[in-house]
Amino acid sequence: MNLHEYQGKEILKSYGVAIQEGKVVHSASEALAAAKELNAETGTEWFVIKAQIHAGGRGKGTVIETGSHGVLIAKGVGELEEKVNGILGGHLVTAQTSSSGKKVNKVLIAEDAYAPDFDKTSEFYMSVLLNRETGRNIIMYSTEGGMNIEEVAEKTPHLIFKEEIDPKVGITGFQCRKIAFNLGLSGKSFKEMTKFVHSLYAAYVGCDASLFEINPVLRTCDDRILAVDSKVSLDANALFRHKDYADLRDFSEEDPMDVEADQAGLNFVNLDGNIGCMVNGAGLAMATMDIIKQSGGDPANFLDVGGTADADRVEKAFNIILKDSNVKGILVNIFGGIVRCDRVAKGIVQAYKSIGNIPVPIIVRLQGTNAEEAKSIIDNSGLNVHSAVTLKDAADKVKELVN
Amino acid sequence: MSVLVDKNSKVIVQGFTGSEGTFHSEQMVSYGTNIVGGVTPGKGGQKHLGKPVFNTVQDAVEKTQANVSIIFVPPAFAADAVMEAAQAGIKVVICITEGIPVSDMIKVKEYLKDKDCRMVGPNCPGVISADEAKVGIMPGFIFKKGNVGIVSKSGTLTYEAVDQVSKVGLGQTTAIGVGGDPIIGTTIKDAVELLMNDPETHGIIMIGEIGGNLEAEAGKWIKENGTKPVVAFIAGDTAPKGRTMGHAGAIVGGHSDTASAKKEILRECGVHVVDSPADLGVKIKELLS
Repeated sequence: MNLHEYQGKEILKSYGVAIQEGKVVHSASEALAAAKELNAETGTEWFVIKAQIHAGGRGKGTVIETGSHGVLIAKGVGELEEKVNGILGGHLVTAQTSSSGKKVNKVLIAEDAYAPDFDKTSEFYMSVLLNRETGRNIIMYSTEGGMNIEEVAEKTPHLIFKEEIDPKVGITGFQCRKIAFNLGLSGKSFKEMTKFVHSLYAAYVGCDASLFEINPVLRTCDDRILAVDSKVSLDANALFRHKDYADLRDFSEEDPMDVEADQAGLNFVNLDGNIGCMVNGAGLAMATMDIIKQSGGDPANFLDVGGTADADRVEKAFNIILKDSNVKGILVNIFGGIVRCDRVAKGIVQAYKSIGNIPVPIIVRLQGTNAEEAKSIIDNSGLNVHSAVTLKDAADKVKELVN
Repeated sequence: MSVLVDKNSKVIVQGFTGSEGTFHSEQMVSYGTNIVGGVTPGKGGQKHLGKPVFNTVQDAVEKTQANVSIIFVPPAFAADAVMEAAQAGIKVVICITEGIPVSDMIKVKEYLKDKDCRMVGPNCPGVISADEAKVGIMPGFIFKKGNVGIVSKSGTLTYEAVDQVSKVGLGQTTAIGVGGDPIIGTTIKDAVELLMNDPETHGIIMIGEIGGNLEAEAGKWIKENGTKPVVAFIAGDTAPKGRTMGHAGAIVGGHSDTASAKKEILRECGVHVVDSPADLGVKIKELLS
């Protein structure tokens, strides 16, 4: 589950990680009030306005309606209103969004942590994530803060460091010191960095995160260490331990079709293609998408309908797929193991009739227990449904449909 | 021969009396698996499906000499169940449960390091040795005893491969579902190695997907040590970057964990990669004849 920058920072702060302070707002008038409060709390005179969307590259991104960038600096309260209005409510396009961008529903008004002398500050990169090869968490960090880390990894891999954490003891003092030394720090900033790393890792474990990316981590003019940005993803499977985090999910950031499918209990990812698919099992679902592509079509979605594939679920799945007007046909691919194919076939026919008229052809491939019986149920249904038994049959039928 | 489980395996079911545990225990018994009992804390002393229920895995092991366990415990308690089995001396723990937090699995992986216990899964269909023992949730009837070993991250895609192998006139030794999570106990390489060392297995089908580097690791091992033909399919050529495709581990993060990158590495390692999953059966038949 992905969080907004401001939500991530709130979690960090609750674990004692120092952050660039800020307040999230939904209008220019709220922004003015927030700026005044921030000024009183931190003394900041300039303000950073940051679009809150689930995508990176906001600073270089452009708001379609106004041409404004997604991150701006207001040099004083006087500049705030105009700049906030340049971002809020518009659609921000970045390297990580589609060309239609993401709507900005809220902005973060943050202190100018680089004051009073920008040239005396320095920026670092730090992330915490799972190393799948070893099954342990690592802290990845670099002196090259504020840059695209994938580019740093490509051009100057020697500037990226990794520290693996032993799960038996958690992060140790010497590891925190090593990180601070490798980042070239000394004196007060060294000490601050060791505290920062220690509490950052405690936060990662404490909130059951699956990714922390802090870029940049800032050394201020007075040698404090702050998280200026935060990209936080939480492990959705661990949310049962963190009931209070459930409210942090922002449905407006997700594809509406994905949200609807999720609420119907279907595992679904909306894609751009023209052939919908409904499959039982994630691996077979991916393989079915690949088959559609190899047959000359483009998959319109990923959909794992689950093990039972009963009439109710099949109907929900059809309804979701049919919301996409690009869909010219649907391939249903079910391997009936413990669930018998004839029951699945009856479910499909029942779902079809309950929906009424499905305007696109459907190819149903049922393999497994009672596959032949299932085929005859489909063939004799009188509906616009074509049956197939082997995977190859199904691929050939998709080819016919596409051509 | 077969690997991991066979007709001599004494199997207990953790989460025995729950609905999943009950249903699949019945299925396993009817396949011929030697289920010797089950564990449900608080229900010790009862009988379920005619088998004894124990409060702890340790009790179950002491009374039944069980050496294999299958876990149907809900995700919040599943990691604990794996560690309990390992501590009690179970040699092979097969964890079916999907949705276990990653942080729990980090602990389990560490816990198992100095134990004489192999975990398979989690989030997997289990392990079956054809005509001997089914310790999993796969449909037993599609399996036929033969010489092809199968290793897979996915459930239904395994069944697909098994079905094709049976229909081209071959059969299986053991099919191992390693699971689709970011942290799993038995890797693809581990499973391939087991089958490579099994004299009855003459060829191997390996089914991978996007995310992680397990397929590449297996490929490198096969290049160095392989003595039998390996056919591979990698699902997810059409999956978008950065999206989780059903399995928690199925997510493209960079350049090296896409389906095409994995296929390329496997081909370089001498693995016979098929682009369509419809070709798995015919390809292994061609290589074994």
